[in-house]
Amino acid sequence: MNKETKFTERTFKSVGTRPVRPDGVDKVTGRARYGADYDMPGQLIGLMLRSPHAHATIKKIDTSAAEQLPGVKAVVTSKDLPDLTDGDTDLKCILENSMARKKAFYDGHAVAAVAAVDMPTAKAALKLINVEYKIHKHVTDVDKAADPKAPVLHKDCFTKGVEPAPVKPSNIAASSEFGHGDVGKGFDDADFVVERNFRTEQTHQGYIEPHACVASVSPDGSGELWVCTQGHFVFRQQCAQLLGMDMAKLRVTSSEIGGGFGGKTHLWLEPVALALSRKANLPVKLTMTREDVFRASGPTSATSIDIKIGIKNDGTITAGEATLRYTSGPWKGSWAMLGAMTAFACYDLENVKTTGLEILVNRPKTTAYRAPSAPMAAFAVESVIDELAGKIGRDPVAVRIQNAAKEGTQSSYGPVYGPIGIGPTLEAAAKHPHMSAPLGENQGRGMACGFWFNFGGQSCTHINIDIDGTVTLTVGTIDVGGARASLSLVVAEELGINYEQVKTVIGDTGNLGYNEMTDGSRGTFASSMSAIMSARKAIEELKQRAAMMWDVSVDEVSWEDGHARATGNSNLPPLSIAEIAAGAGKTGGPIAGHTELNADGAGVSFATHICDVEVDPETGLTRVIRYTVIQDAGKAVHPTYVEGQFQGGATQGIGWALNEEYIYGDDGRLQNPGFLDYRIPVCSDLPMIDTQILEIPNPNHPYGIRGVGETSIVPPLAAIANAVSNASGVRMTHVPMSPPRILAAIEEAETTTA
Amino acid sequence: MSVLVNSTINGDNVSFSCDADETLMDALRNRVGLKGVKEGCGTGDCGACSIRLDGALVCSCLVLGAEAEGRTVETVEGMSNGAELHVLQTKFLEHAALQCGICTPGFLIAAQTLLEKNPSPTETEIRYALAGNLCRCTGYDKIVRAVQDAAVVMKKGRKK
Amino acid sequence: MLYESPQTTEDAVELLSKSKGKVHVLAGGSDLLVRMKGGYIEPDVVIDIKRIKSMNTIKKTADGFLIGAAVSCARMADHQALCKAWPGVVEAASLIGSDQIQGRCTMAGNMCNASPAADSVPAMIAAEAWALVQGPRGERWVLVEKIAKAPGVTTLRKGEVVEAILLPPKYKKSGDAYLRFTPRTEMDIAVVSAAVNLTLGAKGVITDARVALGAVGPKAMLVKPAAKAIVGTTLDDAALAKLAAAAAAACDPIDDKRGTIQFRTKVAQVLAKRAAKIAYQRAGGK
Ligand SMILES: Cc1cc2nc3c(=O)[nH]c(=O)nc-3n(C[C@H](O)[C@H](O)[C@H](O)COP(=O)(O)OP(=O)(O)OC[C@H]3O[C@@H](n4cnc5c(N)ncnc54)[C@H](O)[C@@H]3O)c2cc1C
Ligand code: FES
Ligand code: FES
Repeated sequence: MNKETKFTERTFKSVGTRPVRPDGVDKVTGRARYGADYDMPGQLIGLMLRSPHAHATIKKIDTSAAEQLPGVKAVVTSKDLPDLTDGDTDLKCILENSMARKKAFYDGHAVAAVAAVDMPTAKAALKLINVEYKIHKHVTDVDKAADPKAPVLHKDCFTKGVEPAPVKPSNIAASSEFGHGDVGKGFDDADFVVERNFRTEQTHQGYIEPHACVASVSPDGSGELWVCTQGHFVFRQQCAQLLGMDMAKLRVTSSEIGGGFGGKTHLWLEPVALALSRKANLPVKLTMTREDVFRASGPTSATSIDIKIGIKNDGTITAGEATLRYTSGPWKGSWAMLGAMTAFACYDLENVKTTGLEILVNRPKTTAYRAPSAPMAAFAVESVIDELAGKIGRDPVAVRIQNAAKEGTQSSYGPVYGPIGIGPTLEAAAKHPHMSAPLGENQGRGMACGFWFNFGGQSCTHINIDIDGTVTLTVGTIDVGGARASLSLVVAEELGINYEQVKTVIGDTGNLGYNEMTDGSRGTFASSMSAIMSARKAIEELKQRAAMMWDVSVDEVSWEDGHARATGNSNLPPLSIAEIAAGAGKTGGPIAGHTELNADGAGVSFATHICDVEVDPETGLTRVIRYTVIQDAGKAVHPTYVEGQFQGGATQGIGWALNEEYIYGDDGRLQNPGFLDYRIPVCSDLPMIDTQILEIPNPNHPYGIRGVGETSIVPPLAAIANAVSNASGVRMTHVPMSPPRILAAIEEAETTTA
Repeated sequence: MSVLVNSTINGDNVSFSCDADETLMDALRNRVGLKGVKEGCGTGDCGACSIRLDGALVCSCLVLGAEAEGRTVETVEGMSNGAELHVLQTKFLEHAALQCGICTPGFLIAAQTLLEKNPSPTETEIRYALAGNLCRCTGYDKIVRAVQDAAVVMKKGRKK
Repeated sequence: MLYESPQTTEDAVELLSKSKGKVHVLAGGSDLLVRMKGGYIEPDVVIDIKRIKSMNTIKKTADGFLIGAAVSCARMADHQALCKAWPGVVEAASLIGSDQIQGRCTMAGNMCNASPAADSVPAMIAAEAWALVQGPRGERWVLVEKIAKAPGVTTLRKGEVVEAILLPPKYKKSGDAYLRFTPRTEMDIAVVSAAVNLTLGAKGVITDARVALGAVGPKAMLVKPAAKAIVGTTLDDAALAKLAAAAAAACDPIDDKRGTIQFRTKVAQVLAKRAAKIAYQRAGGK
């Protein structure tokens, strides 16, 4: 059998076509079931009580009155979720976040929960819970939190990763460094050096479906969890650990997911729902309101980035250095580390050094958001490169092409690149008609590049050849937007049958071995690799069965176009998959193929974006009037869905660049926990988003597939900043570039030139 | 207090009882079982709960269940004609105008309302008519194209 | 909670006056239900006025356009004569929310919600619109600018309901316009807004004007000095500069999540000038 996971050149029949997705009809008819669309018999309604304070010690919680209210079946506090994390600090943070223990660390932090027969009773019960708080000084701003004088969130937080270890606790939870060469020497060699501070505000993934789950735990220790998640296997593992359940006894089913973008990789409600159900001995449905989603589910980091880049008159970038401060909420994350790794990843630099600092603040726990941490770092780097190109009077695309990383380049974060797409996307941008289209008054064009690693990891898939010759592929990675179509295409390709004959379903945690999340753009990459291997195993089995039916040796059977062929005997007509499957009962039972693997070599991904904006000089209002995404997909399995990923990511980046931000009041409370004031782009804000897919095969995947889901959110911040700079003459260093910020910058520029 | 409501939902006479302060969205989802009505915000900002009430496009999260008394309600569940999908539904599938699909029922109802009022909208008109429906996945490009394409097909259908 | 849907204004007034506890009028519900959802209000009685016939019509009379309090903004936009006479007011009403909100929301609700950022209110103030208020002691007419008292608070008394809004008849050679600033094209609340209504005399000279600003103070306001700045002019650059200065002087905004004092003051001037130019053109000025 061909176990080779490396890329081999081939011509495709199914892969690269654009069929309708298998789950489509259910989604246009209202039949698809998302997190909140499922009910269990006898289920209770759960509700959370959340801290109104940004930083407070919980002195006392009195739940007795709530417990006595008729119709209330369970009230839980942190006491009902004892610490079973056993030294696992990541899990401990998840536990502390799902229900505040000694302290509430942010506005919206859960402190108690109730389960009652209906919503009005649950609401009434919440009002009867009495919490006594001791309020502390809080800090939400990234730079203020890093200041030694800031209120410290955790008395036992000593910066990790610095020598010697600090003796004073602070909000700088960790420091990490990357790079090579000698940046001091590099800056000495430069003709121009630009040094600036950039800030980005906190944004939310903004998925339209709020978190929702239904949990049921029985007294015998078994349980079920229905949940909208990006990874039900991970949820099961963590929930079982947190609740002290046997993993095998907790069955987690993933609902259809109404968007995640990283935000549904993390547990929020689920341990509490299980605890409520366990206490009430009845199923409990627990959902978030939109306000809860904003206040208490993971946004991305707010950042403050110091950056310094040097360039020679001939265009060579001589050195790049950055200190990146990323908020991680009240607990340590690895967000600054990811920023430090990705910042200069597009370039081939002799001297580069980055330092990432994880900053603790009284904001909700930071969670992954599409190419987490990369957009902010790219905003800083790509803005400065544009500025430097201006200083030496060169075209910004040409300067980037000159310095782009290529095969063999040692990346700024360590590894040496294989074949990569940064150069080709830049070349494509240079040639793109968008680049030379005329611009009107108050309009400007900008471009920028972006990078994302892409993940691989553990995947398990199963293929069943049904007796009519149709094929079920069961995967354990949830489908965030068309993956079932792509995976069906891959299996159809490998088996040589029609797309319509394959049905891909997502198994629950009882059906398959462990699968990692659908994150890091890994869903299609890793599951398709596993599905191809499963299909190959099924083909081996099909050949065996054909050999039995023909009574020939399996060595004399080949597999082509969905048929077994007897290579030694041309008189035997080929056997179709349906014919072989129909006889399976007589040739050894069901025919299947199963694979578990750890997908390596996800293949890094690069993109270049071009953007035109128009800025109203009197109000600072900025509109994106044209936008083009150019990205390497390795191999676009279903090009329409690849385009969709490019467009969706770019649009999220546009929202981030222009208007989206968490706004905290002086009291530490979130001021805009709703879609009216947390302004994600609406349809009329945008032009069509043009796309160009490049296909530079990933050598580590049989079909050359790379992850495509995330990189497209990386360039927009800088692309738009560069366009704004060209349209209005002001260099924006603070994202979002909201009208008040742009207008203030324009006015400042006018007063300094006047 | 509970109220008994009689209305015509997707062409059928339906009666349901709900709390007086319960929204029509909650009543449709939890009392009538029409889960195609989605909740994205509950405050009128996302359009996922879009339905038609006496023919007018509304957010069902901003309507009380009690208000539906004697009125007609149309949801995505009533959009196709038996097994035959509405042109918009077909075009949304063909253009991949949905990724996660949570916004889709609301977009379909809004787009249907638009095309009935304005059979040949411009791109700008489509974009403004759909501005009350948030989609976080697609960047709207394919949604707009699906509606444009559906408009063309529907007009041809009408000429026949 | 009790839900009532009276058929007549009298019944509504009676219910409003006699009901116990917290009683709220429900028009389109696009503010009321949001506040209920957020737990900011917990009504004991909600009185839905949408089944009252007299509140559901737009009547053209010698006094102008009488717009029933339950008439949705979408229906206003479908009323051709109204659109022709008061394009600024209709545009302002049409800016509220999305198509979904438009199908429900009313100008009366917009006004009674008493938000300083309400879109239709500055336009109505500039148009010199009146509210017809019905109460236990009969009816009274109130200028629209006198309805809001402070954010979320009105001058309406217990038992009172707005039955309709009266927009005066269109004067010859007059025009109105409303502009707001929002970061998004749609689905956004005004950061600042300006409405201008003016009438021209001979040679394009402005003989009469009303200028109103929104979201730059605790309530939408009529800015008389701004109107004075352009009356007697042909809206030349000097007049526009004076208009802007008067608008800036009237601004008393706050810093909040939607904008800064500085930004609001600056943009109020820009919008006042732009709205004045549109109104001037609509009035037939060149
Ligand atoms: C998504 C969304 C977007 C929005 N966008 C905008 C916008 O762009 N611009 C804007 O200005 N507003 C906006 N709003 C707010 C709201 O839509 C408007 O204020 C609308 O005009 C309110 O009208 P309504 O009929 O829905 O009022 P309701 O909610 O029914 O009532 C509002 C208030 O007025 C009272 N009331 C209503 N009618 C009467 C009456 N006849 N007599 C006495 N009291 C009465 C009610 O008791 C209530 O307190 C938005 C709201 C939402 C949900
Ligand atoms: S749920 Fe009704 S508009 Fe969002
Ligand atoms: S497809 Fe996910 S929100 Fe629109």
